[in-house]
Amino acid sequence: MMTQMVLRRIAIGFATLIVVSIIVFLATSILPGDVAQIILGQSATPETLAALRAELGMDQPGYVRYFSWLGNMAVGDLGISKAGGATIASLIGGRMGNTMVMAGLVALISIPISIALGLWAAMHPGTWLDRVVTFGTMCTISVPEFFIATILVLILAVELHWLPSTAYLTGNESFTELLRALAMPLLTLVIVVSAQMIRMTRAGILNVMSSPYIEMAILKGVPRRRIILRHAFFNAIGPIVNVIALNLAYLVSGVVIVETIFAYPGLAKLMIDGVQTRDLPLVQACAMIFCGTYVLLILLADVASILSNPRLRQPK
Amino acid sequence: MEKEKLFEIKDLRISAYNEQKEEIRIVKGVTFDIHKGEVVALIGESGSGKTTISLGSLAYTKPGLHFTGGEVLLHGQDVLSMSPIEQRELRGARVAYLAQSAAATFNPAITIGEQVTESAVLHGVLTQEEATKRAVELYHALELPDADRIGFRYPHQVSGGQLQRLMAAMALCGNPDLMVLDEPTTALDVTTQIEVLKAFKKVIREENSAAIYVTHDLAVVAQVADHIVVLYGGEIMEQGSADQIINHPTHAYTKRLMAAVRPTPTAGMGTAVGSEHDRKVPAIEVKDMTAGYGGIVDNEPKVPILRDVSVKVENAHVVGVIGESGCGKSTLARVMAGLLPQARGDVLLDGNDLEGSLHDRNLEELQKIQFVFQMADTALNPKQVIGDIIGRPLEFYHGYKGKEKHAKVVEILDMVELPAEFATRYPMELSGGQKQRINMARSLAANPEVMLCDEVTSALDSIVGANVIKLLTALRDKTGVSFVFISHDLSTVASFADEIVVLYAGRVVEQGPTDEVLTPPFHPYTRLLISSVPEMRIGWLEDTMNKREMAVGIAKGVEITKVGCPFFNRCPMGIDGTCESESPPIRVLNDGHEIACHRTVEELEAAEAETQQILHGYERIGEDKQLPSAG
Repeated sequence: MMTQMVLRRIAIGFATLIVVSIIVFLATSILPGDVAQIILGQSATPETLAALRAELGMDQPGYVRYFSWLGNMAVGDLGISKAGGATIASLIGGRMGNTMVMAGLVALISIPISIALGLWAAMHPGTWLDRVVTFGTMCTISVPEFFIATILVLILAVELHWLPSTAYLTGNESFTELLRALAMPLLTLVIVVSAQMIRMTRAGILNVMSSPYIEMAILKGVPRRRIILRHAFFNAIGPIVNVIALNLAYLVSGVVIVETIFAYPGLAKLMIDGVQTRDLPLVQACAMIFCGTYVLLILLADVASILSNPRLRQPK
Repeated sequence: MEKEKLFEIKDLRISAYNEQKEEIRIVKGVTFDIHKGEVVALIGESGSGKTTISLGSLAYTKPGLHFTGGEVLLHGQDVLSMSPIEQRELRGARVAYLAQSAAATFNPAITIGEQVTESAVLHGVLTQEEATKRAVELYHALELPDADRIGFRYPHQVSGGQLQRLMAAMALCGNPDLMVLDEPTTALDVTTQIEVLKAFKKVIREENSAAIYVTHDLAVVAQVADHIVVLYGGEIMEQGSADQIINHPTHAYTKRLMAAVRPTPTAGMGTAVGSEHDRKVPAIEVKDMTAGYGGIVDNEPKVPILRDVSVKVENAHVVGVIGESGCGKSTLARVMAGLLPQARGDVLLDGNDLEGSLHDRNLEELQKIQFVFQMADTALNPKQVIGDIIGRPLEFYHGYKGKEKHAKVVEILDMVELPAEFATRYPMELSGGQKQRINMARSLAANPEVMLCDEVTSALDSIVGANVIKLLTALRDKTGVSFVFISHDLSTVASFADEIVVLYAGRVVEQGPTDEVLTPPFHPYTRLLISSVPEMRIGWLEDTMNKREMAVGIAKGVEITKVGCPFFNRCPMGIDGTCESESPPIRVLNDGHEIACHRTVEELEAAEAETQQILHGYERIGEDKQLPSAG
């Protein structure tokens, strides 16, 4: 039954990807502007434009272009950038590395901190520290991320001169330089993603804490610490991993504002640049990567909640 | 001989505070003792404070309640004045608690074994190894199946009755001085209840432990208690030995409680139906109907529940549907209501074929069949006032508006014996019994011909439940509405239903007029159900266990089979080679009484005579004869 459920989830994930690929393809084809026009610029004549379009395959019917695009993408051929002529794989490659380093570091720091703080707040509901945590996370959720980034720049870079205000990488920094460069965007993102995860952990645990089996644990003389860690946590894991997955996906695809503020060369910024230069293959590739990340992470979260539920793991 | 005094509750007071900081006294000075090896029962209706007192013996209160006075002494030491850490050490180790619903109190994510041994290991009473060994011994003592390995399973992998016994193992594992059992059998089927009661009684005797047994069911109390404390509104009305309270109650309240005890289901208890509502065709009829869950393939449900069920509900009759959980009682009502389309067969309303699905039925058909759900708490919208809840069907089906609607709401409230000012109240402000009345009023407002009542009294106290039944009978006489009354409680059904349908594993095993069904010969399953209803008589449990239908009947659960008679594996008189493979013939007795059994009517009658003989042999002199016979 469990394998069946997991396979079903995977199938649904694939279906989602296909649907998204169609939407991405359609959406990018209705974007205004024309790559051929952009490449040729002022020197375009109707003849050269037509020739370039034919060379780029843009004169073929939509469904043919869709399937050849999808087929190429499936074998890892992301195509050639229409602005500049480099392969998209090479464009994305470096940026992808940067994004993954950032997302990985943020996840590494924020997930343990969030779960620990969420559990801690749930263990002592109503105490002043719990209130500080709930109020603080509420504030960071309500404030846009560029505001947090700007405040951090003002304090840490402008006032205290502790950290550089940009995180532009040249590729040959030493490890400490790299850390210093990454520190500001890292801190901003940790604050942004932790807030939601802390709140969800706290709420999920407290929700479970009103169950009869928790009262039973109290009546068995189980200490509160063990009640939360052993009795409540495993029953609250479903919603918590889902919020974690959503936040991780956001770290890959949704951090364009933070990347822009700190001039960090990540994937999201690459996609925005692609939109500006009407570089459709690049935009399509980025969109598919982002979507794939979401699908994969949500799939992992689903599998984790299935695994944490013995009713699904070990049916009757 | 004076036994050692183990536990004392002295002038215990517990209160709540409302929003105006006013004190609401819940427990108003309660005093009683428990000696070693003694079982003390706390009995009373809901709101009597019995659960609050029992939790108080663990120095625990539900959130919002506070100890305001008195002492709870264990070996002379006050547990209320202990530090929180000492109290934690007390719970589970010296005083252990068993809750009403084991299904809710077992953690779904942790194995049974870990939960059973957790407390003993945590408090350092036993090492994990010793605890696991002791747990397995307890599983054996509690007669759990697969005792050596049941600890590795998760709670969802065992049955409700098994979980209830596993909870007893959980309480006993650390050798507590005192066990607190809070309504531990109330949520169970009668057959399961016997099995659990028997196991409890056995381990309490073997372990020589003391216990507080909380219940509202006097018949259960009579089986387990040495000493009884009768509570009402947080005060003790009367206390004394079990024999004294059961056989010679002195306080008026105790007598009232005794009067509300479910009588043994016997013929002649029901009310007679008047003929003024007679009609030629049944109000609702189900013919050769098969239904189940998981979709329908080739007229066959993927997960079959009901098979070839035929039931008639005459106009202005109450038809009681009984059987254990899992027999398909609710499924039958859901098919009638159109919530679950049948795979085969017909549902007829006033002789006209009904569409299987609710969506294909017209407004008039919908109006004529109304459902009353078990839990009024969840069936009534908490954000709507009663007037709106009752007004909605009035407007939807009959187009009443404004003043006219209000007048009609008042009229319906009057029918369920509630005052007109209830129209402006919210469900939250009402008691459990009142909410159930509103729940019925909401269905009644549609002016239906058939009301499907699914376990509507099961969550209510006996006194409140009896009032709801009285109301239901009055409504039948006044309006001519027919009732399908689903219940697992045979005595309730026997007390007022006109006809009884006995369902077992999705099949009708016996049906007919109430008096006929409750008069021998019985279908072996009906016999088992009748024997399982506890009697308010000390020693009943032991006597019952000697009946032969009990030996095979209570050890197993309901299993739906595709061929043969599903009751075969629990039947004391099954015929090998026939019953498990061939569908039983329907034997028609007088007056529409039908029994589906391979045994002939004569064989069933002979078996009954034998049972009576065995019973009489065990009966002691001087006790009331409450035998389920035609009298």
